[in-house]
Amino acid sequence: MSGAMPLDDAVQILPAQASSVAADVDALFYAILAACVIVCLILFVLIWRFSLKYWHSRDADREAHEPQGFRLEFAWTVIPLLVFIGFFVWGARLYLKIEVPPPDALQVHALARQWMWKFEHPGGQREINTLHVPLGRPVTVTLISQDVIHSFFVPAFRIKQDVLPNRYTRIWFEAIEPGRFRLFCAEFCGTSHAGMRGEVIVMPPAEYQAWLASSAPAESLVARGQRMFRSAGCSGCHDPRSTVHAPDLHGIFGRTVQLRGGATAVADEAYLRDSMLLPDSRVTAGFAPLMPSFAGQLDEGEITAIIAYIKSLDAGDSE
Amino acid sequence: MNAGPDYLHEGHSLRSWLLSTDHKRVAWLYLLSVTAFFFVGGTAAALMRLELVTPAGDLLAADTYNEMFSLHGIVMVWFFLIPAVPAVLGNFLLPLMIGARDLAFPRLNLLSWYIFAVGGLFTVITIVAGGVDTGWTFYTPYSSMFSNSNVVLAIVGVFVTGFSSILTGLNFIVSVHKLRAPGMRWFRLPLFVWSLYATSLILVLATPVLAMTLMLVALERLFGIGVFDPALGGDPLLFQHLFWFYSHPAVYVMILPGMGVVSEIIPCFARREIFGYSVMAYSLLAIAMIGFLVWGHHMFVSGQSVYAGMVFGLLSFLVAVPSAIKVFNWVATLYRGSISFETPMLYALGFIGLFSMGGLTGLVLASMAVDVHVHDTYFVVAHFHYIMVGGMVMAFIGGIHFWWPKISGRLYPEFLGRLSAILIFFGFNLTFFPQYIMGYLGMPRRYHEYPPEFQIYHLLSSAGAATLAVGYLFPLCYLAWSMFRGPLAGANPWHATGLEWQTGSPPPAHNFATTPQVTRQPYAYDPTRSREDRA
Amino acid sequence: MPDSRALRAQFDDLGQQREAAALGMWVLLATEVLFFGALFTGYTVYRLAFHDAFVAGSGHLNVVLGTANTAVLITSSLTMALADVASRSGSRRAVIGFLAATAVLGSAFLAIKGLEYAQEYREGLVPLNSLVFSYSGPDAERVQMFFNFYFAMTGWHSLHLLIGIGLLIVFIVLAWRGRDRVRLEGNVRAGALYWHFVDIVWLFLFPVLYLVR
Repeated sequence: MSGAMPLDDAVQILPAQASSVAADVDALFYAILAACVIVCLILFVLIWRFSLKYWHSRDADREAHEPQGFRLEFAWTVIPLLVFIGFFVWGARLYLKIEVPPPDALQVHALARQWMWKFEHPGGQREINTLHVPLGRPVTVTLISQDVIHSFFVPAFRIKQDVLPNRYTRIWFEAIEPGRFRLFCAEFCGTSHAGMRGEVIVMPPAEYQAWLASSAPAESLVARGQRMFRSAGCSGCHDPRSTVHAPDLHGIFGRTVQLRGGATAVADEAYLRDSMLLPDSRVTAGFAPLMPSFAGQLDEGEITAIIAYIKSLDAGDSE
Repeated sequence: MNAGPDYLHEGHSLRSWLLSTDHKRVAWLYLLSVTAFFFVGGTAAALMRLELVTPAGDLLAADTYNEMFSLHGIVMVWFFLIPAVPAVLGNFLLPLMIGARDLAFPRLNLLSWYIFAVGGLFTVITIVAGGVDTGWTFYTPYSSMFSNSNVVLAIVGVFVTGFSSILTGLNFIVSVHKLRAPGMRWFRLPLFVWSLYATSLILVLATPVLAMTLMLVALERLFGIGVFDPALGGDPLLFQHLFWFYSHPAVYVMILPGMGVVSEIIPCFARREIFGYSVMAYSLLAIAMIGFLVWGHHMFVSGQSVYAGMVFGLLSFLVAVPSAIKVFNWVATLYRGSISFETPMLYALGFIGLFSMGGLTGLVLASMAVDVHVHDTYFVVAHFHYIMVGGMVMAFIGGIHFWWPKISGRLYPEFLGRLSAILIFFGFNLTFFPQYIMGYLGMPRRYHEYPPEFQIYHLLSSAGAATLAVGYLFPLCYLAWSMFRGPLAGANPWHATGLEWQTGSPPPAHNFATTPQVTRQPYAYDPTRSREDRA
Repeated sequence: MPDSRALRAQFDDLGQQREAAALGMWVLLATEVLFFGALFTGYTVYRLAFHDAFVAGSGHLNVVLGTANTAVLITSSLTMALADVASRSGSRRAVIGFLAATAVLGSAFLAIKGLEYAQEYREGLVPLNSLVFSYSGPDAERVQMFFNFYFAMTGWHSLHLLIGIGLLIVFIVLAWRGRDRVRLEGNVRAGALYWHFVDIVWLFLFPVLYLVR
């Protein structure tokens, strides 16, 4: 397999192009590289020629410059500027493509901590330092750190995203080649930073389905979230039949919420997470700030599961 | 009027050196201390390169390796690169170049060195106490809550040294404004003075932001006053914004003075007026100013907004334009010159080549889509070493050679000078070029062990580092010899036109026998006349 | 030359020397603006993000003492300005008197600030490691963030004031010992620039911290 992770000592010059954006990134890189080489060659040839021609003991015409200074200065200001703006536009468009995930992507959650990666699939499959993904389908990884800043880096996919404590970040990719690819932590995170490595295993869809089935746990992510929702006591207030006055969470995900004080917020993952850990910061309008903070009681994995459960609640049902 | 003995013979006691307010003697204090720090930082680098010869982490423990790269970064950035050219060559030359008897505040200048020494002392204590492992970037929350190393000590060292930078910058700004000799108009200033002026603006305006930011990290560690603490809603990205608001301009502190040095050397050895003098001066100021607006390009994958990233990306391309202009102007200066290749010229030409390769790969980093891939890999490491070492260190050593006859009054062995310049050039490329390749392959930085496919590049790089180390030891030895035994140079061995060459070498204590009157541009060279028949 | 001791060797005349000293102080103040700028930037970022918590935190500050301190500091700027005028035209005694008045007012500011800190300490609003921050209202974490900034900013400002008072004491001693007029005038002018700057910083700190709504 050409995209396979090279485990032998074969010398590589260029990394494998294993994602849908890799070839685009390389194209831009080569274009800039070509410009660099051309400019360097021009400079070196000029320095070389001038050095020989105007070596002090040689005869040469050394009369003063023609007064062309302004034209030259203008040329080598404007031409690089235009070229640079061209590269900028090219790079900016590609950057948008890399940063903004497509809507229909498969959702995977990742939790980074000193010094390991934990992944959780929608079906509840959990793995450490290894991530199985299907070939040819966009995958979005929602990232959060339990301690310091880490960074999710898969060179063969040309993607990288810092993983922050207390804030979700997101990265997406579409693998176009089956194989095993290296995953690195790219932001220094302490003693075993260099050991915080893993691999992404890209499988053809059928094999991937088989893998999912073989490693399916007793409960899915949503089911686990539902269990946590009860055991942590969320349902005591947020159940529609509860006597305590708390917002009904059915269909809340993605909706715009009216807050106390007139502001609004979109109920995304970050908002739901904040509501569990810092419940007083953005209270829904019409409700008293009664909810206790769950900081220190729920770990990031449990929060992820509860959010997945809340996302699964349709506006229609009320159990 | 007799100018009295030269500054080297104004007194021989230790006290006459340690308490002298003469800018030339203070420059010596800085020269000795930054050289010592250069070899401390270099030793750390050598240990890292040794560790990286094999993929396994077998020579140094992980924590030791982490301390080595942190030490290397902190020492090289704050105790070598930032003070090297401004505080050594700038201190020595700025008053001479503007025709002044000293800087505006000579006692403050001496105080700056003592502050620098105290900061250095804290850094040495940090090392002795077991080091610090956060990297020179001190990213929170690792530095504020998780690291078990001597973060506070290291921060105090950097914080204290910051004041030394600020005071040096202040002294330079006031001196350039107020102490120019009669006839020394702004556009008759040598470009080296322009570069120091631009550098000083950055030092004065950026350093306090770093000092404050690091102080907040120290407060969080010491007293729990945690404005970056995520548990309180603290934002680690705020730290990064504040840190890079200083540290990106600081990158220009580490290159602008080098550009100034090269702008002095090239006209002298091409016997030609610098091409586009005023464009060169304006582009220095432009780099200093735009440099304040590009810090966010260190954060393309940090989680900052995509659109903020785009603004920073565009500005980063713009800041490359004045740098490109400078390179073209230097090359154009060679045209129809009368060129010779003494040691300083070899360093200057080496600077142009290496700076171009470093600057051009900066375009790769400025285009956000590619930066996502190469951010925090060896590609970035190679890029900034091409600028910092290939640029600034080459300029520093070149400048030391160029002005050595002025500083010491003596000559150094020319053959050894050229030999080590060539050795350093090749050693440098062997060390850092392979890092571009492995960076694009995905080798992350700050790894003390790594997958085996990168080994070949690490091997080449370590071999280059050994060459480079030998190259650096040469000048140290023969310059020390020359200081005491070298042949006397005479006042102006290069037949240069700058004001600093219009007085004795070494200069008398108050620089000039009579206040000079300036009547012409700084680079009045004539390539049609032989060098000895000077302009 | 009027006084050869007053003119330093690197300058041609006293005018040049005076201008250089003034420019030096202005550059130093530019640096100081950026020092405080970093704090104000951080404060503004969080204040926008956690508006309610910052209003709640601000409500626990003692506006009366804060206002009194503002008055004290403005008055001290006046006496400092008078010392500056006196150093140029008036008697040495007047200079010493006004400098001493300024130093006393500056110390009064610090004393009142200390009173405030003590009060906040008793209310459990001091977020130090060993002393538990015991704010009981809603959103305590972000209220603590407000107090972190409050103590960092006012602490840094007080440190500046302390340095200013030290400078004034040095000038008083120098004047007492009969420092020549030209140099004393330069000292007092530079000191006055610094003092007014520290005063102006407070005029930003006071509304930003105490009057958040």
